[in-house]
Amino acid sequence: MYLTIKGLAKSFGENEVLKNIDFAIDKGKVISIIGPSGSGKTTLLRCLNTLEQPSKGLFTFEDGLTLDFSKKVNKQDLLKLRRKSGMVFQSYNLFPHKTALENVTEGPLIVQRRNKKEVTKLAKELLTKVGLKDKMDLYPNQLSGGQQQRVGIARALAIQPELMLFDEPTSALDPELIGEVLRVIKDLVNEGWTMIIVTHEIQFAAQVSDEVLFMDGGYIVEQGSPDKVIRNPQEPRTKQFLDRILNPGEY
Amino acid sequence: MSLLNSMLFSTILSADSWELFKSSLLPMITGGIKYTIPLTLIAFVVGLLLALLTAMMRISSIRIVRIPAIIYVSAVRGTPLLVQLFIVFYGLPNLDIKIDPFPSAIIAFSLNVGAYASEIIRASILSIPKGQWEAGYTIGMTRTTTLRRIILPQATRVSIPPLSNTFISLVKDTSLASLILVTELFRKAQEIAARTYEFLLLYVEAALLYWVICFLLSLIQEVIERRLEKYAAK
Repeated sequence: MYLTIKGLAKSFGENEVLKNIDFAIDKGKVISIIGPSGSGKTTLLRCLNTLEQPSKGLFTFEDGLTLDFSKKVNKQDLLKLRRKSGMVFQSYNLFPHKTALENVTEGPLIVQRRNKKEVTKLAKELLTKVGLKDKMDLYPNQLSGGQQQRVGIARALAIQPELMLFDEPTSALDPELIGEVLRVIKDLVNEGWTMIIVTHEIQFAAQVSDEVLFMDGGYIVEQGSPDKVIRNPQEPRTKQFLDRILNPGEY
Repeated sequence: MSLLNSMLFSTILSADSWELFKSSLLPMITGGIKYTIPLTLIAFVVGLLLALLTAMMRISSIRIVRIPAIIYVSAVRGTPLLVQLFIVFYGLPNLDIKIDPFPSAIIAFSLNVGAYASEIIRASILSIPKGQWEAGYTIGMTRTTTLRRIILPQATRVSIPPLSNTFISLVKDTSLASLILVTELFRKAQEIAARTYEFLLLYVEAALLYWVICFLLSLIQEVIERRLEKYAAK
């Protein structure tokens, strides 16, 4: 397993948002997390790069890095953990004062201190890959939502992470712009990236995932292959949720 | 009404007055160039550095770092600038610390600007959306790097209008330095007025000169704002 998580819990004050979560992901696999709003799926994702620091939980990476959040964890380990993953945000969070190209080069150039020529070449390749070859010198406010999100994906890829995290990457987009972003994510699936995707696009999740987690009330209610969880759910709560999402016409 | 009119005309617009106006212009402008402007610029630059340091201390997660910054800001904002000037220039000699008028003014004004501007900088930093910090963290940046590369450039743009306001206030506040014997623009006006008894004329003249300086500064502010336009989050 690339990453194994045991007993992950997260509270905000009295409010327990994640309760004793166990899961693992293998290299090159894609896990989708689905579930209603407030189920804890985004918090779970944000715990994986400690944008939210877990209250409890044992993280074990295959390279030996281990963090036990029930004890005090040291800053260096936190930074190491964070640098393993790239993240794509629901609201893109591009740097508004930097061009598309500068957004992508910022990480490798400033954090990883790599050679500028090499980084620029890499960034141009990535932006071409996400279909923004002729938009590289534009600022975020000159780009559409779908284009901004694709820059966001290129920015996350540029640090060459081991793990890609997507936090509802299409939720802020106009319906007609969703396709262009999902297409890019699908390309990454085909390239064999290890990815965890929080999404409301159930059909997409069914198509690209090796495993689906259905969350509700801070628990993983059901997990397994898309065939099992999405096409043939066992738990009543999963059935009810999928029914609502897949047949939105019925009230 | 006609009495008032004739008084105004006789004092401001008579040929003698016009001569006095012209002949006072040079000493006042000299006072402005030698003292008012350098005092403003030096105090503003030193004040800004102090403000940046204070703002960093105030957003620190460590309590003992925050507390001195909070006390400093509170003390400066809670006391009159004139009193601060008098403490530095007339007060400190009692402790055998004697500082000349001009450096005294620089110390008092820098401390004053530092406190006010630190609140502006702090508010500007807090106005940048949390997602910008998070985006910095997810590409591997530490808090310091994120602050330097991502947050401060955007906060700078936000802080330009309120900082310009502070700067323009500072230009005018430097006239208080006349009370600790700095021969700046207004001190020159006072000196000439004391000699000629033409108070209205000379103080209006001083007011006009301050107005011109502040007007020019507001033009510069607009240019800077436009140049930093791209740093604004939209």
